[in-house]
Amino acid sequence: MGERTVIPFGPQHPVLPEPIHLDLVLEDEVVIEAIPQIGYVHRGLEKLVEKKDFKQYTYVAERICGICSFMHGMGYCMSVESIMDVEIPERAKFLRTIWAELSRMHSHILWLGLTADAFGFDSLFMHSWRLREMILDIFEQTTGGRVIFSVCDIGGVRKDIDQETLNMIVDVMNNIEKELKGLSDVFLNDSTVKSRTVGVGVLSKQQAFDLGAIGPMTRASGNAIDMRTEGYAAYDKLKFEPIIATQGDSYARIVVRIKEIFQSIDLIKQCISIIPEGDIIVKIKGNPNGEYFTRLEQPRGEVIYYVKANGTSFLDRVRVRTPTFANIPALLETLKGCALADVPILILTIDPCISCTER
Amino acid sequence: MEQTIKKISSNDLLNETNLMKNSGYRLVAISCTNKDGIELTYSFDKDFDFINLRINMDYDAEIESINYMFPYAFLYENEIKELFGVKIVNMTLDFKDNLYRISVKTPFNMKKESE
Amino acid sequence: MHILSMTKTLFKNIIHGPYTVLYPIKKKPNYARTRGSINNDINTCIFCGICERRCPTGAIKVEKADRKWSIERMQCVQCGYCVEVCPKKCLNMNNQYTAPSSKKTRDEYVDARVSDNAKNN
Repeated sequence: MGERTVIPFGPQHPVLPEPIHLDLVLEDEVVIEAIPQIGYVHRGLEKLVEKKDFKQYTYVAERICGICSFMHGMGYCMSVESIMDVEIPERAKFLRTIWAELSRMHSHILWLGLTADAFGFDSLFMHSWRLREMILDIFEQTTGGRVIFSVCDIGGVRKDIDQETLNMIVDVMNNIEKELKGLSDVFLNDSTVKSRTVGVGVLSKQQAFDLGAIGPMTRASGNAIDMRTEGYAAYDKLKFEPIIATQGDSYARIVVRIKEIFQSIDLIKQCISIIPEGDIIVKIKGNPNGEYFTRLEQPRGEVIYYVKANGTSFLDRVRVRTPTFANIPALLETLKGCALADVPILILTIDPCISCTER
Repeated sequence: MEQTIKKISSNDLLNETNLMKNSGYRLVAISCTNKDGIELTYSFDKDFDFINLRINMDYDAEIESINYMFPYAFLYENEIKELFGVKIVNMTLDFKDNLYRISVKTPFNMKKESE
Repeated sequence: MHILSMTKTLFKNIIHGPYTVLYPIKKKPNYARTRGSINNDINTCIFCGICERRCPTGAIKVEKADRKWSIERMQCVQCGYCVEVCPKKCLNMNNQYTAPSSKKTRDEYVDARVSDNAKNN
């Protein structure tokens, strides 16, 4: 029986985008179990509902995370709109969908860059982030900000996109598609990438379901769980199928995310071709009263918003359950039995967004 | 979107969760609100059918853990125990208030004591 | 053994040159909608205080008696809520960012006009 040592995989690590602490119990370089500890970026955002009224809270909700910031604002606004029974205009739904799919693309390309950085392939990391700059320029042209947009409001959206800018977006999408084909050829076929990801961290289909994994993590094992097929915002008018793979290892998760970027490009082109004319915002009066659960599909999985209001302008409770929170048990299961050098790659395959997890 | 909220008492929790698990539902989230007592909501989902079980109880009452049926519920229950101070018994994996490293005990309960 | 998959990208790189801008020697021009900083046209402002109540961070302070309107530059998150609710439309969003600095600055605008001389004489 080998000797057991405990190594802290600390909050500071070159491969982690955000701080999380894991205590790894090792036996001769094979990980036996991992014990998590979170709380380094806890800001108490859910307690701010006592101080900010429900219209000012949109800005707080957007700033929960920097990468998926638009969808947090959208989820909060959709919850309050459902409580107040407000129907937003069609054009606003399509504009929200376009921004949401662009967010998904930029988050997946960011993740591809970080994964390449995790196994030391720095030039691939830089090229992925160069592609991401094209999307950030679109955001700045249409909303005014690169990371935090402040464009979603209760009742619709604040800024409109005219037809000329929409045509420009289609041109940029075609450009990105061409360059992405070159990059994905490297990710999927290069033998260095394959030797580090094939067969690492395998989760079977039943295991992924029993552990409560969501998002690309469970779709790479074969469960087709995708909240977009439910049909919120403009998704009921678009044609798409959830993307699944069957092997369940880290390579399958890379495949699923790359295919999702191509699917998003296609969805944006579909949206732009059928977007209707009309208003973009509806004025709301009064205060909300009631409670509602909204479920959205963020780039990392399924997110739940619970808003409870009592008739005054201050809300009772806002609760956000983010996808990384639900994927942590799956992470702890895949870490059992892997080598110490694979730990950074496995942590990155769940796409950890710790600032979302801890709010 | 279909969503139903079903009120149950804290003794029925284990039976209802067992029913959900055998029908193939997955546990989505456990939420907690602190206003006029503790209000817990257990949310389950299967093919977009969304069911919530709601329990209203006092601050000092005890409630059973559903950890042995849904092993990944340990994160939600530890968070609720640490931030709100709800007494959850029979947890298989108990972090004993070490999950979040905060300096104040049960911060979300402070507004109740100051009222 | 597929090991030379990046050669095409490498060639394009050598010919193209750097993709980055030599900031701060050359600056990239901002777009028209960029949210940079808030400006107030003090001559039309009526000092009603709606922007102060609605600001999510509490960066704006309005003093009606002294006819002063001030904003804490490092606290403002450029969300644009004050621009939307202003009844006289005297606030507007500029597309130039506040320059980075090492201390917090409070920019103050004062309406120092006096009402017409016929009344004072």
